[in-house]
Amino acid sequence: MADIRNTFVGIKSPNPFWLASAPPTDKAYNVERAFKAGWGGVVWKTLGEEGPPVVNVNGPRYGAIWGADRRLLGLNNIELITDRDLYTNLTEMKQVKKNWPDRAVVASIMVPCEEAAWKAILPLVEETEVDGIELNFGCPHGMSERGMGSAVGQVPEYIEMVVRWCKQYTRMPVITKLTPNISDIRHPARAAKRGGTDAVSLINTISSIVSVDLDSFSPNPSIGGKGSHGGYCGPAVKPIALNMVAEIARDPETYGLPISGIGGVTTWRDAAEFLALGAGNVQVCTAAMTYGFKIVEEMITGLCDWMDAKGHQSLDDITGRAVPNVTDWQYLNLNYIAKAKIDQDLCIKCGRCHIACEDTSHQAITNQVNGLRHFEVMEDECVGCNLCVNVCPVENCITLDALPAGALDERTGKVVDPTYANWTQHPNNPMTRVAAE
Amino acid sequence: MDRLGNGIEAGRLAPGEYETNFADLHPRLDRHEALVAADRCYFCYDAPCMTACPTAIDVPLFIRQISTGNPLGSAKTIFDQNILGGMCARVCPTETLCEQACVRNTAEDRPVEIGKLQRYATDIAMETNRQFYERAASTGKTIAVVGAGPAGLAAAHRLARHGHGVVVFDAREKSGGLNEYGIATYKAVDEFARREVDYVTAIGGIEIRNGQALGRDFSLSDLGGRYDAIFLGMGLSGVNGLSVEGEDLRGVDDAVDFIAVLRQSPDKSLVPVGRRVVVIGGGMTAIDAAIQAKLLGAEEVTICYRRGKDNMNASGYEQDLATANGVIIRHWLAPKRILGEDGQVTGIEVEYTAMRDGRLIGTGETGVIAADQIMKAIGQTFAASGLSALQFEGGRIAIDLEGRTSIEGVWAGGDCVGLGEDLTVSAVAQGRDAAESINRALVVAGQPAMAVA
Repeated sequence: MADIRNTFVGIKSPNPFWLASAPPTDKAYNVERAFKAGWGGVVWKTLGEEGPPVVNVNGPRYGAIWGADRRLLGLNNIELITDRDLYTNLTEMKQVKKNWPDRAVVASIMVPCEEAAWKAILPLVEETEVDGIELNFGCPHGMSERGMGSAVGQVPEYIEMVVRWCKQYTRMPVITKLTPNISDIRHPARAAKRGGTDAVSLINTISSIVSVDLDSFSPNPSIGGKGSHGGYCGPAVKPIALNMVAEIARDPETYGLPISGIGGVTTWRDAAEFLALGAGNVQVCTAAMTYGFKIVEEMITGLCDWMDAKGHQSLDDITGRAVPNVTDWQYLNLNYIAKAKIDQDLCIKCGRCHIACEDTSHQAITNQVNGLRHFEVMEDECVGCNLCVNVCPVENCITLDALPAGALDERTGKVVDPTYANWTQHPNNPMTRVAAE
Repeated sequence: MDRLGNGIEAGRLAPGEYETNFADLHPRLDRHEALVAADRCYFCYDAPCMTACPTAIDVPLFIRQISTGNPLGSAKTIFDQNILGGMCARVCPTETLCEQACVRNTAEDRPVEIGKLQRYATDIAMETNRQFYERAASTGKTIAVVGAGPAGLAAAHRLARHGHGVVVFDAREKSGGLNEYGIATYKAVDEFARREVDYVTAIGGIEIRNGQALGRDFSLSDLGGRYDAIFLGMGLSGVNGLSVEGEDLRGVDDAVDFIAVLRQSPDKSLVPVGRRVVVIGGGMTAIDAAIQAKLLGAEEVTICYRRGKDNMNASGYEQDLATANGVIIRHWLAPKRILGEDGQVTGIEVEYTAMRDGRLIGTGETGVIAADQIMKAIGQTFAASGLSALQFEGGRIAIDLEGRTSIEGVWAGGDCVGLGEDLTVSAVAQGRDAAESINRALVVAGQPAMAVA
């Protein structure tokens, strides 16, 4: 049986599934329920500085996009940090940690970008005996207008500065939560590392307008006819999050820096992918907000069963395993040649592969053979682009098969070269010619 | 009320039961159900469902329009090809047409519910009387259409769109043809057939004259002199006989008459039915009559068909619907003699049949089924008089692919022609296409000759 116990920056939890700092972790009632359901840890909903708490809108806080059968694909929110009194939160955090000593409890914090503010709150949090802190440099809505959240996360110098204060004023492990609303995620990650952070967590939500009401012409969620951009999350953002996690994992400057992976984790597979790309654990929010806390059972059993089937004994066996395989485009092997193949027994003859290829790609799939409706790849036209695989409604009906070395590529009339050759070596690359001259 | 009274009696059921039994077979999908059903469509290329539809409705497009919240646009997509799309959504044997062709069958054995989705969209448009078509400028031409059934209505609408005047002659009191008189009650409730006639004729330029039968009230040559073209879509009015002893006994009825009487009766408790009913035939009419006899309270309803299950014209779905309603379907039985007492049916003697050397034969073995009502549903025949100038084919009017008959200026379509299946949707396609052919002919005729020196 696979061992999925997790140790992240020294914080132990029975599994790598934490709930992210968000509405599900706003108070003891929810967190107690989450722990009963089996979650390994929580990052408590972001605390603000002492004094009158922030206020939220009193209308809709969330908007969504849906896929087929109204399956929620993306959620956006304009909810701010906790709107409860600081001491209420601290008292509850202390009690919950006491009740659940084997679970991870991390405090998310967002206070003004001033040393005094951070210096003031850190001892209060430390007193609760929670396991660590997460610096919220991510929220793109509301608080960012007040110079906090992503307003900090978008300026690497500020990140470095605040992380340094935190490392100075607390013994607790520091996790720096990054905003994706930036052109190159490596810069804030490097800054956090320079400041001495123990880990980064990402991604926070993406600035978004989720839809427009075509009767009132108001963005959604609409507060009396007006809308503000929100933070986008859920399954739709997973690919963006995976890339950012991988970028940090393979950056020489941040290589080895622990990463808590966040962004659209909905199933055990999503979690395993984040781990493979270098995350030490994952944080979940939208999936819980869509289906409730019980989904962690599917995540735990799915991850264990997969690890057992593959012979992976612990999380260390999978964390970062895909990182060496993430590379730059220029290093991809141009001698690797694949062709699409349609399994005629699985084909339901919907014709989508044909029309996608015919209208928008390489005219490499038939729609008729001998006068009969029949979809087949023409190898002399197929460039192996994979579009047909992606639009086919039947899994594994169309596959992309690599041509073996020595086989004839009917499209180019050349045989497949077994050697590795990439763009840096290609004669069409102007830089190659410069180097040769 | 006497459920088990012998003979042919009305009022076998409690009043509330009639309402339940003759309620809408498939109530319209609500918006949520429609969206869930529409989600399943793959938007196929060169979609097989569209090819399978005799009227070639763009099914993937109309379903996509439903799923994107545009049911009116969806209805127009349907009506563009089939102005009687509302009735077709109710009565088409979709299980042998579009839904049989649906690619979802291959992987899941469950097609997209195309018929129900079509009804969803067309109902929304018709309930608000949303009209999508306007008449073109008047051409000054008038076309006579004989028969206000599916073929005639489709032809009339398309001709009106082109700016022609249309006069429709129908032998019966109400328009709609088999949609009004020949469809099982639970398939088109709430006077849908009448409402559809109103919807179709709302385009204007269509005058319907009821109670006018070809061969009785007017002749083909009467029309020829007065109209620029003629479309014949009068269907079939004759019924095949069994040609066995006892056919004249009281209690031997035509299934089509039973269906029509039931449809036209506002109070179903007044429609009499036998305690034991035997229906002879294997098509949709046999099924519709048998199910409705059962729903009227007949204790025992048996369909006797002289061939096997696979030969039945009624679809598998219809057969299942019958058996689910308690109808017994017996195959390989042919009527031999109808038995009676005091002029009233008491039963039917049937002979077992079999295929020998590719021919259907009687085996000589016989049996008797007790019955107080026998319904004949072994097909209809063409029975209009005064059309001897027309060429016939297999007892029906011969037409070419455009619907032209052997007489210039006369087109035909629907059940009265020898081409295509006997389906509402085929009749609509033929009426529509004949109208296009008529329009082309009139436009060409109307063009001034051009000098080509």
